[in-house]
Amino acid sequence: MVIVDKSRQIRAKIGDVAMVVATLSAVLLLLLALGLLLGDVAIHAREKLSWTFISQPPSDGMMAGGIFPAILGTAMLVILMTAVSVPIGVATAIYLHEYARADALWTRALRMAVQNLAGVPSIVFGLFGLGFFVQFVGGGMDHVLHSDKLVWGQPGLLWAALTLATLTLPTTIVATEEALRQIPSAQREAAYALATSRFEVVFRLLVPQAMPGILTGGILAVSRGAGEVAPILFTGAAYFLPELPKGLDSQFMHLGYHVYVMATQSADVDASTPILYATVAVLLTLTFTLNLAAVIVRARMRRA
Amino acid sequence: MPTPNAIPMPLQHIASQPRRDLPQPAQIPVRGLPIRQPPSWHAPLEWLVRGLAMVAILAIVLIFAFLVKSALPMFTTEEIRKEVTQAQMWFATLWPGYDAPENVWQPVSDVPKYGLWPLLTGTLKSTLVSMAIAAPLGVAAAVFVAFYARGRTREILKPALELLAGIPSVVLGFFALISLATWLQDTFGFDSRLNALVSGVALSLAIVPVVFTISEEAIGAVPLTYVEASTALGAAKWQTILKVVLPTAAPGIASAIALGFGRAVGETMIVLMASGNAAITSWNPADSVRTLSATVASELGEVVFGSAHYAVLFYLGLLLFIFTTLLNVLGGRVIDAQKAKVKSR
Repeated sequence: MVIVDKSRQIRAKIGDVAMVVATLSAVLLLLLALGLLLGDVAIHAREKLSWTFISQPPSDGMMAGGIFPAILGTAMLVILMTAVSVPIGVATAIYLHEYARADALWTRALRMAVQNLAGVPSIVFGLFGLGFFVQFVGGGMDHVLHSDKLVWGQPGLLWAALTLATLTLPTTIVATEEALRQIPSAQREAAYALATSRFEVVFRLLVPQAMPGILTGGILAVSRGAGEVAPILFTGAAYFLPELPKGLDSQFMHLGYHVYVMATQSADVDASTPILYATVAVLLTLTFTLNLAAVIVRARMRRA
Repeated sequence: MPTPNAIPMPLQHIASQPRRDLPQPAQIPVRGLPIRQPPSWHAPLEWLVRGLAMVAILAIVLIFAFLVKSALPMFTTEEIRKEVTQAQMWFATLWPGYDAPENVWQPVSDVPKYGLWPLLTGTLKSTLVSMAIAAPLGVAAAVFVAFYARGRTREILKPALELLAGIPSVVLGFFALISLATWLQDTFGFDSRLNALVSGVALSLAIVPVVFTISEEAIGAVPLTYVEASTALGAAKWQTILKVVLPTAAPGIASAIALGFGRAVGETMIVLMASGNAAITSWNPADSVRTLSATVASELGEVVFGSAHYAVLFYLGLLLFIFTTLLNVLGGRVIDAQKAKVKSR
């Protein structure tokens, strides 16, 4: 005969219900906050969002026209950043997972550097970009190449992109290493047993298989880079420029920077609010599309 | 007698070595097989990989070096030392025109004052508000996703919460500045529309994904056998969660909170836009505040290169860097310790 303690069963039930209610309400609260933010932006952005807004430069002291230069500037910045950050990130991940001895001091130092780089505040990257890239490297280049005429020693597209590349480096490294980790080591051993060199194992066997992971990391880095404003405050972003950036040393307009300056320094709040909402909607669409793409690529990768 | 399934003697030394140290068969001559020489461009490319892998270390070293280099004139340059001393920054000073010694942040005035206390309390206030919201929410959401969400729900919930992480901080700052501040002021009737509470609430939205992701990972790392053993002993699910799973995952959750705290301290755009940016020393969360990061962001654009103010702003950056790095190292240590502990049992 089984003895059933009724009160104990009831207590277990109540506790379980309380646990579900507590944790579920936390999830719902977060979803509600997300919904409120997105809804707020969606409702207010409709007024201004149009093809003209996306394709035209601003006019009438920013209060009319569109934000095309800011979209273009963001795109240029992010493309340049990716071109620097992804190859370095992929190489670092390959080194960490395929070349380095796992327990060597140097490997541990590298891992710690990657981990800490991910935790450095974005404004510190801004300070670093100004102190190192703009003033030290740029200033040094001007001293050598242009006999101290100010060309590179001032904020510009290249310096902002390099600063952002440093910031997004850990994202690519972590994603690529994760992809490499998922490849069974039996494949490596089989390849080595067939007298394949390590180079061929890495570049002809592993990297093609890790491609979706590398892609995910790249997309997430782009999404992060497109939204970060603090690192480019002093390294190249400008609120208004009469013309599009001409070269790597030009300043550029940027969606996030646009939102920041217009939201905090605009004289006419009523006129600028609809423009702001529309700009935020464009920025959010950009980052969300990228994040969604990363989620889909990753889901495909898991299924394969 | 050799035990069955044991690794044969000659292979034991290979099996006990980490995989990467396996001898490369290409270099072992086998009778009848020619030794294949790899193309000559392989070696330089491999060295390129090794070289590029050093960039991450180089970056962290350079960041530290250039923060120090730019802040150093505070200690070495005579002119700057006349304008700002460590004592003035960290302690109360009797300024001309003041009745009592005070610690004030007023870098642009006839007598520049670089007292850090208003900035430190400001940072602490908005960070604590954000952690008070983000830590319970993040951990509770992680418990829900790990134990109660099944199949479809889980597949939708995780990306939805990751979407929260994908919102740029400038957008959160904008949302707090335009909408959230008005809602909160209408509800609570704050004197100043932008204050530590508003920025803290907005900040928590940026921190929750950090706490959630790492906590969920820590909870997932708790061996299933623990849960099964607890259930077999007659514990209800909630008892298993509270008394077995959460204590085992506690180090991971602690480091999730530490890393979230680091992110909150360093987060810039949200506090820059939503905190009011008034350097007041007070413990009232409904007062406007100015944080370390927001101070750097708003003042660096207007300072003269090489001035005292310039050096002080890099000094603030250095403080932020050291603080977040310490939290990171600590957080990483705790995660590693948890992994080792679970493995050894």
